[in-house]
Amino acid sequence: MSSNPSLIESLNPTADPAVDFRARLGEVDESMRKPAMLFLVSAVFWLLAGSALAMIAAIKSTNPDFLGMTEWLTFGRVRTAHLNAMIFGWGNNVIFAVAPWIMGRLCKARIRHTNILLIAGIFWNIAVTIGIFGILRGDMVGVEWLEMPAYVSPFVIITYALVGVWVVIAFRWRQSEHVYVSQWYILAAFFWLPWLYTIAQAMLIFEPATGVVQSLTNWWFAHNVLGLWLTPIALATAYYLIPKVLGRPIHSYYLSVIGFWALALFYNWAGVHHLIGGPVPAWVISAGTVASVMMVIPVIVTAINHHLTVVGCHKEGWASPTIRFVVFGAINYTVVSLFGSAMALRGVNEVTHFTHYTVGHAHHGVYGFFTMIMFGAVYYMMPRLLFREWRNAFLIKVHWWMCGMGLILMVAALQIGGWFQGLQMNALSEDGTPLYSFIQVVENTKPWLWLRSLSGLMIVVGHFAFAINVFWMVFSPRTQDKVTQPTLLTPTTEEA
Amino acid sequence: MKSLPLIFLGVFFTLAFSWTGIVLTTHIQMKDLTPATAELVNDKGEPIGGPTFLADGEVIMGSNTEGETAYPLRLVGEAQRGKKVYEQMGCLYCHSQQVRRKGFGADYERGWGNRQSVARDYIEQDRVMLGTMRTGPDLTNVGVRYSELWQLQHLYNPQITSPGSTMPPYPFLFEVQKISEMRGPSVEAIDLPDAYHPGEGYELVPTQRAKDLVAYLMNLNQEYELPEMKFTEE
Repeated sequence: MSSNPSLIESLNPTADPAVDFRARLGEVDESMRKPAMLFLVSAVFWLLAGSALAMIAAIKSTNPDFLGMTEWLTFGRVRTAHLNAMIFGWGNNVIFAVAPWIMGRLCKARIRHTNILLIAGIFWNIAVTIGIFGILRGDMVGVEWLEMPAYVSPFVIITYALVGVWVVIAFRWRQSEHVYVSQWYILAAFFWLPWLYTIAQAMLIFEPATGVVQSLTNWWFAHNVLGLWLTPIALATAYYLIPKVLGRPIHSYYLSVIGFWALALFYNWAGVHHLIGGPVPAWVISAGTVASVMMVIPVIVTAINHHLTVVGCHKEGWASPTIRFVVFGAINYTVVSLFGSAMALRGVNEVTHFTHYTVGHAHHGVYGFFTMIMFGAVYYMMPRLLFREWRNAFLIKVHWWMCGMGLILMVAALQIGGWFQGLQMNALSEDGTPLYSFIQVVENTKPWLWLRSLSGLMIVVGHFAFAINVFWMVFSPRTQDKVTQPTLLTPTTEEA
Repeated sequence: MKSLPLIFLGVFFTLAFSWTGIVLTTHIQMKDLTPATAELVNDKGEPIGGPTFLADGEVIMGSNTEGETAYPLRLVGEAQRGKKVYEQMGCLYCHSQQVRRKGFGADYERGWGNRQSVARDYIEQDRVMLGTMRTGPDLTNVGVRYSELWQLQHLYNPQITSPGSTMPPYPFLFEVQKISEMRGPSVEAIDLPDAYHPGEGYELVPTQRAKDLVAYLMNLNQEYELPEMKFTEE
């Protein structure tokens, strides 16, 4: 390449075709090293910060006097700071590391001008820091999932643009003949989120719509952050890593096409199931319920594709940290989505709406599915970016067992407790008066919330194990690199 | 599926589809809602109940009855400021502001409202906080359920009025001050049971934010009828 390339030439991310396949992947990894490490290290930091906020909120929900004198840490703020730290601090940072990297690898295209990604990373973390600080000091916006004060939204939009453009450029100048399902998902997600975010900002913050159109826009946006951002990215990652690590092709190309377009079509409409029974037109609720139930199609299709690819490789999968986390996440995707479809039915929703059942469901999706798959991706990605192996397999096991079991306990506690909460809230005696006073329902829910705090503590232990391993790997001197084998969690025998 | 424009178009139209349906269509449906009296009248001043659909497809929308109050009302002054406090404290994460119809949940039986909330109830609000959680009770009509004193005590420490509650206390919305020897106790001093009393010679007074918040709560009220929604009959 000439020393003074034109702008278009300098954007062309095509890895040198003369280099053979593995070396080309190495080139892609090399190009993503710095920005990916910036995003990953920030993501782990936010994961720990979000966990601390979560524990404070969890303890407060049974012991309201805990830190009760501090305005900054009142439940409504600390809970919201937790959500934003996890979604926008942990979630988006890890996505900005993983998604362009997978895109680059699949397109065999280096990510060029990574200084721009570094700037995006700095921008993003400043935005989230200011946003969370704003929430805690009382500048919170009373719109669920859009609580970060309006003064950070320009940062947010600039970052989406700066990261998204590389995803598009990598795809536009891809070297590979075939386009893989992960590429559609990532491409689509990077188109969807900025639109959703811009429209939601405009219609809720800058020029609020009339009355309950705000609530409809709110849930159209909030549910689509899950459905059209976190979900496609996590599915793309699972679609990439499962075949990659196990060394076998995905079960069916055809099914993956159906899964993608069915998700694109139905997930969009599902969000209004958060307003069932509310003061909004009945037809829009019905449409939302139908779409939520139709989500069974992409979910089952994706489940077949993911799970049938793993069938028969359980032993190998169990030995690989990546596959353990990713497959656990993929199983949770199937389960949580089917639960979600059921929860959109009016009869079920009458019980679960307004209860901790929904909180359990949210953690099941964002943590059990999305976050678990992202952990798997980090376990796969970091050794390839840093040319060094994980320092300690035991810490990975602690991470896996604590987070996996903690999540199961959390979902069970919140959903069983929430179901009883809903039944007791609605129960009527024969003369038509409530069977349980409100305070009785609150008292009966407390033991389940204690269990939730316990499960949260397990997850925090897991996060510390993960963080120690990550920082140990990043900051250990190069001279320690003697391992050439991938880290496995179970010993491999000769015959295996 | 290899073409970038094709994927882009598909991705664009799926999102545009739901936006058109959920946001744009409901906006068109609701944009003309205005505050209304319980009964509407036709151009001769005769009550017509609600909008009337004639056989030839004509619709008589009716107009508000003169001399009657059109609801909902707009919040003003302290109550408007208090809404900001409600938002900043994150009240909406535990309290809803929507009553479901009788027979769907037990909202009616719990005394949270005499009727179902409808879209018109929210048209005067610059920020609608319907809420999705009922860790605490629904607040749609909390203004008619409790007194100002109850609200102040409850905000200072919920255990005073509702033992066993998991609601956080908001002591930072109040001030403990020495009772002035010249002027005597403040008129704003809040009555407290002995266990929560700040001590001999001291009194508890609300800050402006607490007064605003209570004004807001006292204004939460859907105890009026609308053309499309009358009180539920037993």
